Amino acid sequence: MLGATGLAWAAQTENTCLDCHSALDPPFQVTAEKFAEDIHSQKGLTCASCHGGDPTKPDESAMTKAAGFRGKIDRKDVPGLCGHCHSDAAYIRQYDPSLRTDQYSQYVTSLHGKLRAKGDDKVAVCTDCHSVHDIRAPNDPRSTVYPLNIAQTCARCHADTAYMKGYAIPTDQFASYSTSVHHDALVVRGDLSAPTCTTCHGDHGAAPPGVSTVQNVCSTCHVFQAQLFAASPHKAAFEAASFPGCVTCHSNHRIVHATDAMLGTGPQSACVTCHTQGDDGYKAADRMHAQLQNLDATIVRSNKILEKARDAGMEVSEALSEQDEARDSLTKARVTIHSLNPAQVDEDISAGLNVTEKAHAAGVAALAERDYRRKGLGLSLIAILAVVIGLRLYLREIESGRRP
Amino acid sequence: MDNVAVSTAGTTRRRLVELFLGGGLLASVASFVYPLLQYLVPPRVADLGGGEVIAAKVGDLKPNSGIIFRFGSRPGLLILTGDGQYHALSATCTHLGCTVQYRGDLREIWCACHNGTYDLNGRNISGPPPRPLQLYQVHVRGDQIFVSRNQES
Amino acid sequence: MWAKILNWLDERFDWADLTAPLRKKTVPIHDRSYWYFLGGITLFLFGLQICTGILLLLYYRPSANEAFESVQYIMTRVKFGWLIRSIHSWGANLMIFTALCHMFSVFFLRSYRKPRELTWVSGILLLFLAMGFGFSGYLLPWNTLAFFATKVGTDIPAQIPLIGRPIMIFLRGGEDVTGATLTRFFGFHVALLPGITTLLVLVHLLLVQRQGISVPPAVEEDWKEHPARAREMPFFPNFMLRELMAWYIALGVLGALAALSPWGLGTKADAFAPAPAGIKPEWYFLFMFQTLKLIPAKIGFLDGETVGIAAFGLAGLIWMLLPFWVRADKRRTGSWILGAGVFVVAYMASMTVYGYLAK
Repeated sequence: MLGATGLAWAAQTENTCLDCHSALDPPFQVTAEKFAEDIHSQKGLTCASCHGGDPTKPDESAMTKAAGFRGKIDRKDVPGLCGHCHSDAAYIRQYDPSLRTDQYSQYVTSLHGKLRAKGDDKVAVCTDCHSVHDIRAPNDPRSTVYPLNIAQTCARCHADTAYMKGYAIPTDQFASYSTSVHHDALVVRGDLSAPTCTTCHGDHGAAPPGVSTVQNVCSTCHVFQAQLFAASPHKAAFEAASFPGCVTCHSNHRIVHATDAMLGTGPQSACVTCHTQGDDGYKAADRMHAQLQNLDATIVRSNKILEKARDAGMEVSEALSEQDEARDSLTKARVTIHSLNPAQVDEDISAGLNVTEKAHAAGVAALAERDYRRKGLGLSLIAILAVVIGLRLYLREIESGRRP
Repeated sequence: MDNVAVSTAGTTRRRLVELFLGGGLLASVASFVYPLLQYLVPPRVADLGGGEVIAAKVGDLKPNSGIIFRFGSRPGLLILTGDGQYHALSATCTHLGCTVQYRGDLREIWCACHNGTYDLNGRNISGPPPRPLQLYQVHVRGDQIFVSRNQES
Repeated sequence: MWAKILNWLDERFDWADLTAPLRKKTVPIHDRSYWYFLGGITLFLFGLQICTGILLLLYYRPSANEAFESVQYIMTRVKFGWLIRSIHSWGANLMIFTALCHMFSVFFLRSYRKPRELTWVSGILLLFLAMGFGFSGYLLPWNTLAFFATKVGTDIPAQIPLIGRPIMIFLRGGEDVTGATLTRFFGFHVALLPGITTLLVLVHLLLVQRQGISVPPAVEEDWKEHPARAREMPFFPNFMLRELMAWYIALGVLGALAALSPWGLGTKADAFAPAPAGIKPEWYFLFMFQTLKLIPAKIGFLDGETVGIAAFGLAGLIWMLLPFWVRADKRRTGSWILGAGVFVVAYMASMTVYGYLAK
């Protein structure tokens, strides 16, 4: 095969295979247009690079055993075939020096790879995710492994209940993920740094993070929350109970936008799953929930009065934009609750209350100024009216001859 | 008899007119002059001219540290590096708007919300931030550190 | 006491002799006399603009970096700054409105007839100057709306062939609207335009003084036939006091507008931000703007917008030279001129409304 002989990457442009195969019916059909999209074709490789045979022969003699023809590659042989080149650092360096060459070694550690080694033919191999004959680079938006498309690629098997029969895992991950904040960030907002399946599970070495290590995955982005959590009483408690860290409250796939209702002692809170009335955790949860609600309500209240002043024509744009600081404090507080320490949360809450209370005072002052202006206007209008009436009377006086 | 009656009525009417006119004129002119005089007195809050604030005093910052200051209505970050240079930038992370901080240990600007990092020129070098932070100009006059927006080209 | 002061002035200025023509001046009284107040109100508002404008000059800074902030300073920190600024902004709009009403009342009362042609011409020029004041002043707060309105507004004269681009560059102080435009507009607004306007106002007033107040043709004829019916009142003090009433009421209206609906700040202009949707000029330019928007891109082989600008230019010229081409004979031209005038008013009003409602 190619790699073993260290073939130079000078383009082998002659690819007579496509002359026939583009006209054949599926499953033998591969059109020239389709293969032209493939990155291997663009780098000068031909059908023979994977399938063997002689690409220069325009007839059946191209597909003889003597020519090295391998025919259709069995699923079980795909990883080995791809890996033959893609694990050869010296070979790949000729095409893309920064391309990784550990995909195959990662794959054998993955759950897919392990089941594959045990003889399972249904698990994913290279071509299931990367497609075949039109393999695009991962940074091509049309690639099956472009960040925006990865979840759908995984879902092709993992959301197919019929296909996944016999495996002990659920098939609702894609549906759950599609409702999550992460999906929203990635697909709706277009933030390509937002997580998709491979971000948390790995790509070639894909496996579910273990219960005891899943918080490490979350903490790669959610640093602050993870640090606070690690210093909180929950860390030891969750480990002892074999709870999966962050996932315990936030779920793994259906990670919805966290609300204040998730904290505290209300019906939608996560805390009451374990805590009961009277225990320390219950009290802390209640207290922290109240703190968040308090700051939120105060911000709303001061916003209302500022908007009222603004609608009356008063200049309050500075105070209104200072409210952003208070909202920042609220966001910070919503992170600090992961410490489960109401006193620590209080630091952020009181900073926020400080700002928003100043804004409220500015709003009150603005409304007082508005009233002062209106009073002043009223007085001057009365004076003006008096003058107008006075002039009218004076005119009448001089015009009726009573005065010269 | 009639003349007297007419003239007394005339006097009261005259007085009324004088009251309205004189009083009204006085009151209305006062209502114009009062705001005018108040307007002419410059307010106590010294206006530095839009776009410039005193971020800190020399000595407020230790080398290799940063502080948050108010720039208009947004937060700004003032950094004093180990070699004695001041840097000022917008402290609003370009990812989701959290306030960034200076990490003396990393000598980089870091956002605690989602682990974004920027270098001292505001360039977004790692993590989710999509755009650099806006740089501001720093002038030290006497013992005051002034930060202003970059001048219009 | 008043007499003592007058006596003092008289001994030094020959005050009595100077004010003699004023004392002799009369104002004709008929059923349409009320329209005579409009000129005075416009003059009063102009004076008010000068006063409030000078006051604003005490705090305003005409550079792109500071203009917005200085207006914000006036609105929020300076005592009664909101009042002075709002009176100036509202006053500007009111003044142009009364100027337009004054112009149309003169038109319909046919006061532009001989010998008052130059009064009409100077008046039309004053209207153009007022609009120039409005256009240059609008940019000074340097907010987003003003910035883009100026951009669009100065793009339009650029369409004039040959001289258009030089005019645009002269107006903008460069190729684009920048801080240089602000400085230039400030110069126009506080120095160039006031200088020219003051001279022209003096000419206009002098003419009115020398020629007296005109009377509509129908009334004129009636009085010729029945001299006993001619009524007039002395300008001083009768008409003057009435004018004072009108001016005081105008002051009250402006004060109310300023206190109840202060003029807004907007957001600071950012040259690199995309233009917000639906940029419109001030209402007194709207009818022209809307008309230009409706003209198709090409008319025959000519560029549509250029045709529009040329048409408005021509219309303005015809309008300004009205007294010279309108025949004195009322019977021949009377009703069609009236109809044309009604059409012009209706067109301007409806296009202004349309411009407001259109996106």
